[in-house]
Amino acid sequence: MTERVVPPLAPPPAPRGWRSLLSLDNRYLAPGLITCILIAGHLSFGILESYEKTALAIATSILVEMALGRMIYGKWPHPASAYITGISVGILIRSPALWPYGLCSALSITSKYVLRVKGRHLWNPSNFGICAMLFLAGDTVASLSIQWGNYLWPMIVIWVLGSIIIWRLQRLHITATYVVAFFLFALLRSAITGSPWQSEIAPITGPMYQLFIFFMITDPRTTVRSKLGQCIVVFAVASLETILRLNEIVYAPYYALFVVGPTALLIELWLDSRRARAAERLAAG
Amino acid sequence: MTEPSIVRRRILLSLFFAGLLATPVVIKRMPARHSSASGADTKSAALGRYGFFLEEVSHSAGIDFVHHAPTLDRKLDAIMPEVASMGASVSIVDYDRDGWPDIYVVDSREGGKNALYHNLRDGTFKDVAAELGIADVNQAGTGVSMGAVWGDYDNDGYEDLFLIKWGRPELYHNDRGKGFTRVTEQAGLPPWINANTAVWFDYDGDGLLDLFIGGYYSQDLDLWHLTTTKIMPDSFEYAKNGGRKYLFHNLGNGRFEEVSEKLGINSDRWALAAGAADLRGTGRPDLFIANDYGVSELYFNDGTRFHEVGAQTGIGFAPKSGMNVAFGDILNRGRFAVYVSNISEEGILIQGNNLWMPKEGTTGEDLKYENLARDFGVELGGWSFGAQFGDLNNDGYLDLFVTNGYISLDRNRSYWYDFAKVAGGNSSIIGDAMNWPAFDGRSLAGYQTKRVWLNDGAGKFVDVAQAVGVGETYDGRSVAFADLWNRGVLDVVVAHQRGPLLVYKNTVTPENAWIEFEFEGTKSNRSAIGAQAILYWNGQQQVQEVSGGCGFAAQNQRRLHFGLGKNERVDKVVVRWPSGQTQTIDKPAVRQLHKFKEPA
Repeated sequence: MTERVVPPLAPPPAPRGWRSLLSLDNRYLAPGLITCILIAGHLSFGILESYEKTALAIATSILVEMALGRMIYGKWPHPASAYITGISVGILIRSPALWPYGLCSALSITSKYVLRVKGRHLWNPSNFGICAMLFLAGDTVASLSIQWGNYLWPMIVIWVLGSIIIWRLQRLHITATYVVAFFLFALLRSAITGSPWQSEIAPITGPMYQLFIFFMITDPRTTVRSKLGQCIVVFAVASLETILRLNEIVYAPYYALFVVGPTALLIELWLDSRRARAAERLAAG
Repeated sequence: MTEPSIVRRRILLSLFFAGLLATPVVIKRMPARHSSASGADTKSAALGRYGFFLEEVSHSAGIDFVHHAPTLDRKLDAIMPEVASMGASVSIVDYDRDGWPDIYVVDSREGGKNALYHNLRDGTFKDVAAELGIADVNQAGTGVSMGAVWGDYDNDGYEDLFLIKWGRPELYHNDRGKGFTRVTEQAGLPPWINANTAVWFDYDGDGLLDLFIGGYYSQDLDLWHLTTTKIMPDSFEYAKNGGRKYLFHNLGNGRFEEVSEKLGINSDRWALAAGAADLRGTGRPDLFIANDYGVSELYFNDGTRFHEVGAQTGIGFAPKSGMNVAFGDILNRGRFAVYVSNISEEGILIQGNNLWMPKEGTTGEDLKYENLARDFGVELGGWSFGAQFGDLNNDGYLDLFVTNGYISLDRNRSYWYDFAKVAGGNSSIIGDAMNWPAFDGRSLAGYQTKRVWLNDGAGKFVDVAQAVGVGETYDGRSVAFADLWNRGVLDVVVAHQRGPLLVYKNTVTPENAWIEFEFEGTKSNRSAIGAQAILYWNGQQQVQEVSGGCGFAAQNQRRLHFGLGKNERVDKVVVRWPSGQTQTIDKPAVRQLHKFKEPA
């Protein structure tokens, strides 16, 4: 999900006057929203199988972030990013056991510090953690996204709040591109497989999928910089997801992002270094 | 920080990361996770190692029954295997009071015949359902059988038959073991239900058996003549568009009054299994309902009204796919655990079965449960259905037999992807059968083995299914225990969807002693359903209760069977009759069946 890595981004300039009372530092928007979603989901559907599991995921995430931030960079990182990771793990992982919640959080955060190229971490932390758990602990862990029932109103709430926040963060184009691509590919899959089109669009109509499209694919630190590039990358995610879905891979969106996200970043880094070398040559020449 | 220091820290970090990645593999290899004995043992080896061996003897016992699934409205053809995935059921009854358990098994095809296997006492059975009038009960237009529970509703000494159906439910009066008379209309039962569970119990202690029925599909649907395809659950985990619940109060004149709403039972969840037992020592049976597509429900019974306490007790919190309710005092502490089966498919959906254990220090109105299935090693079965507790090796601890497997068709093609894809969708999509991809001959959680979990009495169960002779992979649904040949052991009968009825004859090591009790109520209902026996021996106690239906669409034998291990002496047995009367019998002889009539 949308996460920042240490050191945190500088907050935008605070609005002056009375408007400052109504404005929130952008860094708190995503954690605030995801907390609201969690509370609303729990109060309406009791989505938290147990408080212990969610608490463990959040606590582990923050503790590991603090420890590693201090150890590697010598300073205490802002906990907002780790909080989002923990809460994401608490929502997206499903297991009757306790340990996967802690382990997934720890893996997610640690991946930020280990899997880095030229100072950038390649994977969205919770995407990495969840995929790792599904690969390595499939007998204990699942992520079937049905925790919030199959009803319309929770989805509308998430769509409205999510759209506002993602728009404020100037990343709505990413979500919009993915959604359009998903629907087009859903129709294509329906034509290929003969399955009812409703069944192909079903995943995106479930509330849990909204977390993926609003927060995971829009993560500023694991997406490329240009707007066009972001749209291309997310279209590639939807494309790969379709290929995986045609091969009946249940967790196609997670795996598609797992593959496409880092690949796009590596390409961007390579292009950056080429440009830098060219600029150096130009300056030298 | 200096450069070497940074490098050292990076190395440490990488090792830490590698350790995290390796953790699931390490956990998988931990001994607790290897809770199954692999490989088939010979009978003598299994007897030596586990104290029992199960031998499938249905054919030699004269039983060649194969269940057929219903074929519903053609509009559902694309997903027929899924919507018609239940119906196989078995119940044990001594319908003619000859002291030998008989077996009733149902078919679910229109025109299919149910069978009542009369125990011929020589190791074989004979189907007498047709001559007694309870075979041809699946006629077109009346729906099909989904199960059966037996109870002596008129206290004439003979067990009567309630037929659970998708269709017109039926009550058959047992005419002294010579035949059955259909009394559905006189009894005041509803004209149509789509139910998979029913329980006989005397909720108000008036000495007359009452009847609970839990609906699955809405009772408004005639599944053979649908006017809509919007028949599916509107949510995979929070569905409330299932069948209603019925509680029929026995008026004592052959008639029943429907009182569910009046007494506080008002639910449209998709019930698949139910069981009644006195969970709090109040002398009144509480009611536990396992619901598909949602949370389980627990109704405390104060004798005049039911109070739903699922969330309060902890069992109604996490929604799963409940398919079984079995009660068992698995730690010999005089308290019932409740086993609810669910779905677990590696890499896709890990609900885990629930073993609800009463929390230490909680009793009465404050009773709380915690799910200890993982700790006890009985969590992962597969797509689990029917399960029963019973002491299979007479070692003094209740073991657990669990059936698994949903739809076994093409071994090489799975429906899981399509199932998971739709299950997460909006209610308008999931609720309409037309939106589900065609099954097209694929399997869904098919070809799964059963679990025979052996209880070590110290909080761990080990799966010994393969080793003790249970290796087949039919789609298990209903399982019932009975001492079929009066040998002091529990035999196992399993009904399979679109598969054979299997009879596992149990051979138990002779060193282990046993004792059995059969009760007959006088002030209480004559079937003595709800009577509890608390057996004290060798410094421990175990409670069992006579059941009017438990597991999944199943009913065990009426008598209670206790294994004693190597103890040839019992201190006492305390019997708590449903009337409230308590009776203590000191030092009952072991290795025999005791028949007790309630003191007048």
